[in-house]
Amino acid sequence: MAQPPTKIQVEHLYFDYGSKTALTDVSIDIARQRITALIGPSGCGKSTFLRCLNRMNDTIPNTHVRGKVLLDEQNIYAPGTNVVELRRRVAMVFQRPNPFPQSIFDNVAFGPRVLGLAKNANLFQTIEESLHSADLWGEVKDNLKQDALTLSLGQQQRLCIARALAIRPAVILMDEPCSALDPIATLKIEELMQELKQEYTIVIVTHNMQQAARASDYTAMMMLAAGTRSGTVIEFGETKKIFTNPRDKRTEDYITGRYG
Amino acid sequence: MHARETYERELARLREDLLAMGSEVQRAISRSIIALDDRDVELARSIIAEDEVINDHRFRIETACHGIMATQQPTARDLRVLIAALMIAVDLERMADHAKGIAKTVTLTAREPSFPPAPDLHRMSDSVRRMLDQGLQAFAETDVELAQRVCASDDEIDHLYKQFFNVMLSYMLEDPRSITRATYLLWIAHNLERIADLATNVSERVIYYATGHMQDTNF
Repeated sequence: MAQPPTKIQVEHLYFDYGSKTALTDVSIDIARQRITALIGPSGCGKSTFLRCLNRMNDTIPNTHVRGKVLLDEQNIYAPGTNVVELRRRVAMVFQRPNPFPQSIFDNVAFGPRVLGLAKNANLFQTIEESLHSADLWGEVKDNLKQDALTLSLGQQQRLCIARALAIRPAVILMDEPCSALDPIATLKIEELMQELKQEYTIVIVTHNMQQAARASDYTAMMMLAAGTRSGTVIEFGETKKIFTNPRDKRTEDYITGRYG
Repeated sequence: MHARETYERELARLREDLLAMGSEVQRAISRSIIALDDRDVELARSIIAEDEVINDHRFRIETACHGIMATQQPTARDLRVLIAALMIAVDLERMADHAKGIAKTVTLTAREPSFPPAPDLHRMSDSVRRMLDQGLQAFAETDVELAQRVCASDDEIDHLYKQFFNVMLSYMLEDPRSITRATYLLWIAHNLERIADLATNVSERVIYYATGHMQDTNF
């Protein structure tokens, strides 16, 4: 596999909650239009790292970032960065589907309306395209006025993905997007990810190792750095390599279920 | 430290089972050589009959591997061990077929006058059995160095086989009445040579599961 171009370059990233360092010296290149999975035991900083990629951690008081995160070669932590625009370009899908208690249409329309991205006919087109891309259009096209909370959990999660797509991001961050879903709904999301990577760069945190193995192109194995309470990437590479012949004994122990 | 005790147990049992199959195959090979030396047709027939048991053993191992793969989602080295075990079971089963081949030839030779002494053939059978023994030991102990030594000794077998071929050829040229006998002995030597190749395969699988690298040492 030829090395695809880098979308996000992370250089010596550290993250502190007050005096506690949660991430230590993370450096990886996240490939454009590929799926990168972050795996590792609980508390190793996977979600913290994911949230560093669109500055979601800014909302937590008393935190501090060192190092660089270059999105298309621009450091997103440089002074003067437009964080709203950053989060439009780097969207996020969460663990539990979190649609607004509104209609399906209004959920997807929310982002474009707030950001003033599309009006009227254009808006409808955006919504149709987003629902298509999230593989939900066929199931909801006749009921766009229906309350989003009446959908199944799997449909709600695809609706959240459609809502993220409607603001035309370049990167989608997924924080355990399937942990609340049943196996069929999970496989649907995984299939959808394969479709979405034609256009988008995807970074996914997952506790489900088989999901990382099935769905991702690259895998970053995270763990607490030796002798610390701070997470770091101990091994990063093609998913096939990580799951057939990892370099690091700790990766081997984790993916074969012998950790802890 | 072991969060997956059932899984560990299943993997350990599989390894033991494979080694047990290895012993059965070793026994079949050794007995086929005894049958040859003693011109013991009864013994040869029992080797032929017992090949079924080894075939069944192979299927049991395959079924166990499939079961673990389907239920435990093995990865990394565990996955490589399982794939190696599947391949080794097939290699062992084919070695037993070659032991059966030797035994069949023994039943045919019973009607022939006795053989001239064939020290090369015995050197071959000794080396082949040692290769298999060491290959299985390399599997049991994940000993890459030993596995590499087994692969290297395949050249010696090829050399002995060639030498034996020339000796048999000279017999045949000297006395055409020996052609049938000599041909039978060549069949036996060929079976031994194939067993050596398969023992080399076993060792290659060990190197593969231990290191993740495939190498082909059979030429």
